[in-house]
Amino acid sequence: MAKRESMTGNQVVAECMRQINPDVVAAYPITPSTEVMQIFAQSVADGLVDTELVTVESEHSAMSACIGASAAGGRVMTATSACGLALMWELLPVASALRLPIVMTVVNRALSAPINIHCDHSDSMGCRDAGWIQLYSENAQEAYHNIIQAAKICNREGVWLPVMVCVDGFIISHSIESVEMLEDDEVQRFVGEFKPRKPLLDVDNPVTYGALDLQDYYMEHKKQVDDAIQSSKSEILKVAEEFKKEFGYEYGLIDSYMMEDAEVAIVALNSTAGTSKYVVNMLRQEGIKAGVLKIRVFRPFPADEIREALKNVKAVAVLDRSSSYGTAGPLFLDIRSAMYEADSKPFITNYIYGLGGRDIGIDELRSIYEGLISSIKEGKPARTYNWIGVREKV
Amino acid sequence: MTLKNKEELPLGGLIEEAGNAAEYETGGWRTFRPVWDFEKCIQCLTCWIYCPDSCIIVEDEKVKGADLRFCKGCGVCANECPPKIRAITMEEEVKFKK
Repeated sequence: MAKRESMTGNQVVAECMRQINPDVVAAYPITPSTEVMQIFAQSVADGLVDTELVTVESEHSAMSACIGASAAGGRVMTATSACGLALMWELLPVASALRLPIVMTVVNRALSAPINIHCDHSDSMGCRDAGWIQLYSENAQEAYHNIIQAAKICNREGVWLPVMVCVDGFIISHSIESVEMLEDDEVQRFVGEFKPRKPLLDVDNPVTYGALDLQDYYMEHKKQVDDAIQSSKSEILKVAEEFKKEFGYEYGLIDSYMMEDAEVAIVALNSTAGTSKYVVNMLRQEGIKAGVLKIRVFRPFPADEIREALKNVKAVAVLDRSSSYGTAGPLFLDIRSAMYEADSKPFITNYIYGLGGRDIGIDELRSIYEGLISSIKEGKPARTYNWIGVREKV
Repeated sequence: MTLKNKEELPLGGLIEEAGNAAEYETGGWRTFRPVWDFEKCIQCLTCWIYCPDSCIIVEDEKVKGADLRFCKGCGVCANECPPKIRAITMEEEVKFKK
């Protein structure tokens, strides 16, 4: 039976890894994900897992070790943040194109410069095009459930792709939360025995990984990755269905909160979705029809589901905790692009917020909703691209 | 050589059969091909030693020509053929494409 425990987000991730008991884990510390490996390393030292813990000299090597171990046929996991993820960048498309089911927790943190250790999504958004499935987690509980599901999604027939589970640095990673933990054997049973696809260690069926692939075949192999990640939507949903059947928690590609009759809505990732839900509860008491659309699966991008969820909304604010400097927020760009095919198009505005861990509170979110309401009243969209909470000359 | 489509290719660009490089024909790059004059050839096998693509065909210790599936027309064989013999000439590939 599940039991409630008070833990930080990082403790939950490390505990989840202990329960899954991967074959190989590569570890390199970087704030705020350091604790994950620190706690997990203790489990290795205490003999609670059979994991081969590889301590490397950089994140570039961490991902390289993961790729090697995964090609060899092991269940492989790791965790990183920010600049560490950026240093892995070169290897990320290698993992996806070689179809290696690695599960990595990304504890989201801002990229330098200026140096900043706090939360934003510049790191995971920076590698959104690497062919990795990306799951976002509202809180530690969801991070726990996402990692368990990721361990199963990554190796499903036809998927065979790496999965990134994103968790907000410090806000979730270092805050203590009451989390319902499953029993070890329940987790083990759910993720199942790991069956590698074409392991290098299978000496009876030798294979070569990472061969040269020029103009004649490179595009076909990249299209295979695109096909796999596009069709992984249904596998993600099937795993969510199995998870619901087993443990009672419901997950989809998106999470609609009070969206049935909503006129104004905020779209957000990770922990800000939780704060937005709190604000929606306040607004609902005042008779304002507000809702929140949380994106759980950012890659593959659930365009159809988002279009369906936003079809009756009059004004939407997409919140991005990163910017694609020179254009707008990455989530906004995808959502506005998805809405181009909608029959009735709501006003869509973009807010860049919370970079480098700057707080977004109830007041800011409330003002965003109020902005949406007044744009409906005026019958014209508000300014499309906005930064919230930046001090500037007016 | 017909190219396979994405459904027929191993996922991840894996090579699943050992020693299959022999199936990858590289003779398509050729502009010149070596032609032997076996009246002049003294069977010294110098061309066989020097061919960078190991494509000189030798049967019963005698040179029979080049395996054109892999010959890139580099001309090393013709160059290394002893000066007094000159049994190999490089001829333009287009002449054979009729």
